[in-house]
Amino acid sequence: MSANMIDLLLKSLGETCYMVLIAIVLATLIGLPLGVILTVTRKDHIMPNSVVHNVLGAIVNATRSTPFIILMVAIIPFTRMIVGSSIGTTAAIVPLTITAAPFIARVIESSLLEVDRGVIEAAQSMGASPIQIISKVMLPESLHSIVLGITLALIALIGASAMAGALGGGGLGDLAIRYGYQRFQMDVMIATVIVLIVMVQGVQTVGNALSRKLNKNKLS
Amino acid sequence: MIKLVNVEKTYFSKAGNIAALKKTNIEVKEGEIFGIIGLSGAGKSTLIRCINMLEVPTGGQVFVDGQELTAMNEAQLRKARQNIGMIFQHFNLLASRTVFDNIAFPLEIQGLSKDKIAERVGELLDLVQLRDRADYYPSQLSGGQKQRVGIARALASNPKVLLSDEATSALDPQTTKSILQLLRDINKRLNLTIVMITHQMEVVKEICDRVAVIENGVIIEEGTMYKVFTEPQMETTQEFVKTVNDIKIPPIIDTQSMKQSYFPGARLLVNLTFLDSGAGGDEVEKKTGADQPLVSALIKKFGVDVNIISGKVDYLKDTPYGTLLVEIMGDEKGIADSVQYARDAGVKVEVIGYVG
Repeated sequence: MSANMIDLLLKSLGETCYMVLIAIVLATLIGLPLGVILTVTRKDHIMPNSVVHNVLGAIVNATRSTPFIILMVAIIPFTRMIVGSSIGTTAAIVPLTITAAPFIARVIESSLLEVDRGVIEAAQSMGASPIQIISKVMLPESLHSIVLGITLALIALIGASAMAGALGGGGLGDLAIRYGYQRFQMDVMIATVIVLIVMVQGVQTVGNALSRKLNKNKLS
Repeated sequence: MIKLVNVEKTYFSKAGNIAALKKTNIEVKEGEIFGIIGLSGAGKSTLIRCINMLEVPTGGQVFVDGQELTAMNEAQLRKARQNIGMIFQHFNLLASRTVFDNIAFPLEIQGLSKDKIAERVGELLDLVQLRDRADYYPSQLSGGQKQRVGIARALASNPKVLLSDEATSALDPQTTKSILQLLRDINKRLNLTIVMITHQMEVVKEICDRVAVIENGVIIEEGTMYKVFTEPQMETTQEFVKTVNDIKIPPIIDTQSMKQSYFPGARLLVNLTFLDSGAGGDEVEKKTGADQPLVSALIKKFGVDVNIISGKVDYLKDTPYGTLLVEIMGDEKGIADSVQYARDAGVKVEVIGYVG
């Protein structure tokens, strides 16, 4: 593989990281409050409200059931409105965020539901407000599980970002398609796949380690 | 200190309404340890949660420390709850916080300064003797230590009332004893009013001043612990008392052929309970039980023989009481007179039966 190719690979790697990292941060910022609202508005939870719960749940499900490649095309007008263009790496961040946010919302909802109801009841018995219960009990108690969920979302985003290459998003997926597939450069294809595997492994390893450090349930 | 007036709780559902608690009236005095005993599903959990409104009653009024909780809005209720500590069967500690931070939690909620919190948590750690465990996480503690943290946390904001929801049910007997000891200790030292629900008669016997028995959402019996324990009226209460005070008849006595009426040569098996004179306050009439030589009196007066099979001295909270399992041998009249004499002397006599 030529030095030129290696430069290209590094550039693509940089693009993938840029897309995925910004998208995961934005998606978490959107998904976290959604997940919290989905949880606390359940009918047996601290702020039951079936209307909010059902409407939000339906929106989240609708977004999640749309295949990414279709979602990406469907929201082109919206993407153009936000970033001014529908082509390019920055433009890819919009659909990536929109696909990851509801996923993260569900993941956070399931983490929050794992929090022992007894602990929430104890906080209520001490006179904690719903906001205090969310910020001081539910989120800290499930943080280790939330971290694993976000790790999962991050890995899913790395996969989705390869598809974003199809719309001129750049990144590793784009590189593999254009050089590896369309120009039959097998070495580029293999190199790209190896970089992706290492990335995913790295993300999972870091996520696991962080979660383990945060989990105080099984100390000896 | 606590007053429940006609408190009701009904759960409404499509499958039908469930009355978990029917019109309940309870009054708990300041500084008292009040026990509520019942089997699972009797409504005791619902009852204790009505006191701090974790369960909102569907009817009636709840008063704690002169304030009517049932008339409050959410914010007022949260404020009032800071005056009511609660401990739980499964401790319900925050796993992600250290012992120190768990105890600090209610103080953080109230918005106290870091210095004040540290000072107060220090006092509480001393109270429950866990200062050396301040930086441990709950998963590193034993059950008894976890409950001590739970108690310290419940006491952090100097509440006037402590609610105990089966606080010792998940602990072994020895740890149970030490936790009960701690509760008694803080009850005395801080003049803290304690309401505890339990299904264990040993717990009631160990520390309660008064007790209510609940069944199917209704308080079926209530009184001083001494009275309920020594003279249980309802069948459920009697069953509970039996769990700690069961008469064990040794296998050498042939209970198979036991009869309820006299036959020649029969010996009457009776269980005698000697109550401390004047025990249980004014509600129990003065009895003379333990300071009279009963057995020798029976032998002399009625010409019977008395064979002691077993005996023990036990305590109801601080009050001692003794039990003797004896056989009375003699003619029909002598035995009948003996039983009557013992009863007149204030000894509780349970006739078990005639054995050959």
